[in-house]
Amino acid sequence: MVDFGYSLSPSSRINLDNFDQGRLTILSKIEPDLIKCIACGSCAASCSAANFTKINLRKVILLLHRGLDNEAVSLIEGCMLCGKCTLVCPRGINTRNLIRSILKTYKEV
Amino acid sequence: MSKDVLVIGGGPAGLEAANQLKILGYKAYIVEKSEKLGGHLAKWDRLFPESISASETLDKLLKPINDISVFLNSEIVSVNGTDGSFSVLLSNNITLSVSSIIVATGFSLFHAEKKEEYGYGIYDRVITSVDLENYFKKHSDNRIINPKKIGFVHCVGSRDEKVCNRQCSKVCCVTAIKQACEVKEIFPQSEVYCFYMDLRMYGRYYEDLYLEAQSKYGIRFIRGRVSEVSEDENGKLVVKAEDTLSSKPLKVTLDLLVLMVGMVKNDDNESISNLLNIRVGEDGFFKTANPILRSTEGDSQGIFFAGASTGPKTLPETINEAKATVLSMHNYLSKQV
Repeated sequence: MVDFGYSLSPSSRINLDNFDQGRLTILSKIEPDLIKCIACGSCAASCSAANFTKINLRKVILLLHRGLDNEAVSLIEGCMLCGKCTLVCPRGINTRNLIRSILKTYKEV
Repeated sequence: MSKDVLVIGGGPAGLEAANQLKILGYKAYIVEKSEKLGGHLAKWDRLFPESISASETLDKLLKPINDISVFLNSEIVSVNGTDGSFSVLLSNNITLSVSSIIVATGFSLFHAEKKEEYGYGIYDRVITSVDLENYFKKHSDNRIINPKKIGFVHCVGSRDEKVCNRQCSKVCCVTAIKQACEVKEIFPQSEVYCFYMDLRMYGRYYEDLYLEAQSKYGIRFIRGRVSEVSEDENGKLVVKAEDTLSSKPLKVTLDLLVLMVGMVKNDDNESISNLLNIRVGEDGFFKTANPILRSTEGDSQGIFFAGASTGPKTLPETINEAKATVLSMHNYLSKQV
């Protein structure tokens, strides 16, 4: 095959039809408050590491619900577990614990 | 001064107004263009936010007005006279002489076919919130056969200048959440998605219903307006939207799609505005004498409004307004000689 120098760009589209919810189901059992997120962004706004890293818990929760697990976990890895986000969450989600549970559930596999 | 009052419209606003008129000693006449009383309430099964039965609510509205003169299948042909004395000719050739007119003509439902990209009337598995409510009432609809994946599209015909309806219809956000929970009760194994722009949970207990939809029923919320719907080779619906919170385009295949049709101006508003010499706003709903202090009164004397004729309203707002309308009218008539 002659290489003409062209390639297909990977799709950035979320396809919920191919979403394997196995790990999300496990995570939801450990962290039932996970589904209460209203995507307000307080957690990301209060994050002391967000100025220097890509950490964004609001987006992590969202991406986990869209089946983009790798991208989700990559947005949380620099977290120092300071817990400021737990103080501000209006839904009372224990976000610090949630981050630990996400890392446990998704990094072991 | 005559104590006779004409109520145009036999929906919740008109029924409540007629009942209040009776209590205050007036003689009310209800003119209703359709063949029965109850308006849109008669199509509904349960009411948000506390799942109260719509038919029981309607029965309670109907009971006190059993001795009131009701003209069904009737419309207004002409209105003569102004300022406190009207002679009204109805389509059944009856002429009424009244001292006041209460316009309780409500709203029309947005025709979902107009949003062609959503496929209502084209694809079998695309239904409206009214169709779903009818299914809840009658437990049968050949388009709803054990759906595994169900979507709700908020703001269909609302907040949409392209279909000439800029207004928010106020009730669809919470209705979608109510219906999403109910559909999940009937099909517990299904996955339910709500496509929304923002969730306007302004009323008492609405936010509680939203929390319950998330935590008890596991409803999935996707912030983004559905852009198009198509049918795949199996007759399933392929729905596209942007997941605006992740800034990514999104695709999901569904078995059922429910369009939350909004409230638009009553189709008859223009002719009624000509008959009664009252004005409509840019949105087609009637204009009141003052939007804050005199929101139940018309510009000209003896004309009053109740309910969604002056803009989208919830049912309790409509009922309360009907009471307020009758009080305004009573104050006005008490000053007449």
